[in-house]
Amino acid sequence: MNAPGKTVVSLRDVGKTFESGTVALDRINLEVGAGEFVSLLGPSGCGKSTALRLIAGLSAASQGAVAVPSSAGKLGFVFQEPTLMPWADVAANVRLPLKLAGADNAYSQDAVAQALDRVGLAEFAQRYPRELSGGMRMRTSIARALVTEPELLLMDEPFAALDEITRFKLNNDLLGLWQAQRRTVIFVTHSVFESVYLSQRIVVMTPRPGRVFAEIAIPAAYPRDERFRTSAEYAGFCRTVSEALSQAMTGGAL
Amino acid sequence: MSGRVLRIGLPIMTLAAIVVAWDLVVRFFSIPPYVLPGPVLVLSTLFADRDLLWHSLLVTLTITVEGFALAAIGGIVLAIAFNQWRLVEYSFYPYAVILQVTPVVAVAPLLLIYLPQPLAVLACAWIVAFFPVLANTTLGLNSVDHNLIALFELYKASSWQTLWQLKLPAALPQMLAGLRIAGGLALIGAVVAEIAAGSAGAGSGLAYRIAESGYRLNVPRMFAALLLLSLAGVAIFFALSLLSHLALRRWHESAIKRES
Repeated sequence: MNAPGKTVVSLRDVGKTFESGTVALDRINLEVGAGEFVSLLGPSGCGKSTALRLIAGLSAASQGAVAVPSSAGKLGFVFQEPTLMPWADVAANVRLPLKLAGADNAYSQDAVAQALDRVGLAEFAQRYPRELSGGMRMRTSIARALVTEPELLLMDEPFAALDEITRFKLNNDLLGLWQAQRRTVIFVTHSVFESVYLSQRIVVMTPRPGRVFAEIAIPAAYPRDERFRTSAEYAGFCRTVSEALSQAMTGGAL
Repeated sequence: MSGRVLRIGLPIMTLAAIVVAWDLVVRFFSIPPYVLPGPVLVLSTLFADRDLLWHSLLVTLTITVEGFALAAIGGIVLAIAFNQWRLVEYSFYPYAVILQVTPVVAVAPLLLIYLPQPLAVLACAWIVAFFPVLANTTLGLNSVDHNLIALFELYKASSWQTLWQLKLPAALPQMLAGLRIAGGLALIGAVVAEIAAGSAGAGSGLAYRIAESGYRLNVPRMFAALLLLSLAGVAIFFALSLLSHLALRRWHESAIKRES
């Protein structure tokens, strides 16, 4: 679906200063190619969520240029919380982007059924969010982001609030989806282990002000599974990224 | 199961005990009916004066329902306007507060001068019922999950779509809470205005009957009318609670039974 090598997201010397005067981002440069899985990794306060919101167009850059797919529906966003409408059942929640775009009924029903099927929630279409577990709510949120067949999927610490077992399961499911469809994914996390497990490339950021400290490629082959998670190769990447992160934090504090 | 029995059984037993005690006190001390009528006399008066009281009840209920409906529509529409246009909120909110904090019992005599009596009573019912709808709906519209608002922005929803598909459903629990308060207050407003109009008024609502019976020392009828007013208030409360329950039962925590 994406031409390989094409740049989907590009940030050039992007800065963001809040009204309070806090410099959230300082001269960030980032290029993400079509079909890539990139993680933004850093401690809280490093501006990684701010960067994601800039890419999503939810906030405007103070300096620099942000180039992203512009039209609605080309972009999917998954928040840290599932962010579902509690008064609507799972199917209606997933359907929301299509409804807002005025898509026709038959098409929407198919697309919703397909998206729910992909995240394994086909049987739960008529349930309400409060009747679901945390992991299932997050799946619903992911299905909603996927229902418009977006070119670019932005995920803001989507699994941070889940227990480890659920998180590992969703990590695997997300990789499965990514491999099947090869959408571009930008994934924000503060977990070294999660970023190494998922990404092709990790962008390590420093806190206050948010800067890009290092970019680390994770050239391990996909599909990655539990064997990869327990391999020496994985541990080695984790160590490299961990060291970069601790340098970023001390460097940022100085 | 036993909890349910207790929740229904206990208040009934309390009521029975109070009525029996009331009856015994009246008999034992031979209290004359123009001081305190016994429960049997009140009920028989209720039955004997049923045509008169029924008519009065309908008058009061009609005013209450009209006042409530106008307050509900006005409160919700104004809350939406406040939410959509800040300037409208800045311009009118202080006056909505003033309308609310000025005791309606003090405003009623003025209204009775300027408006024909039925309209003045309606205006009083509206004034007291209006604010809780406005305040609660405003609160509800302003407390929508920020991430959901961001999501609607992301999908380029129009402000109309955001209002209908996000803000109003999200505000529904608070809006219904406001309506529940407004239902009782509309009745109070109607009663206050009728009392203020007093025997000079041409009205024939329940409160007017109470005032009139008071002047005539017809205390049993006062009690009978009061009983009807209380029952009307309880009925309004239950009707609005039922509405709230039906609207929220699938999704809102307040309407969902907790497993223990």
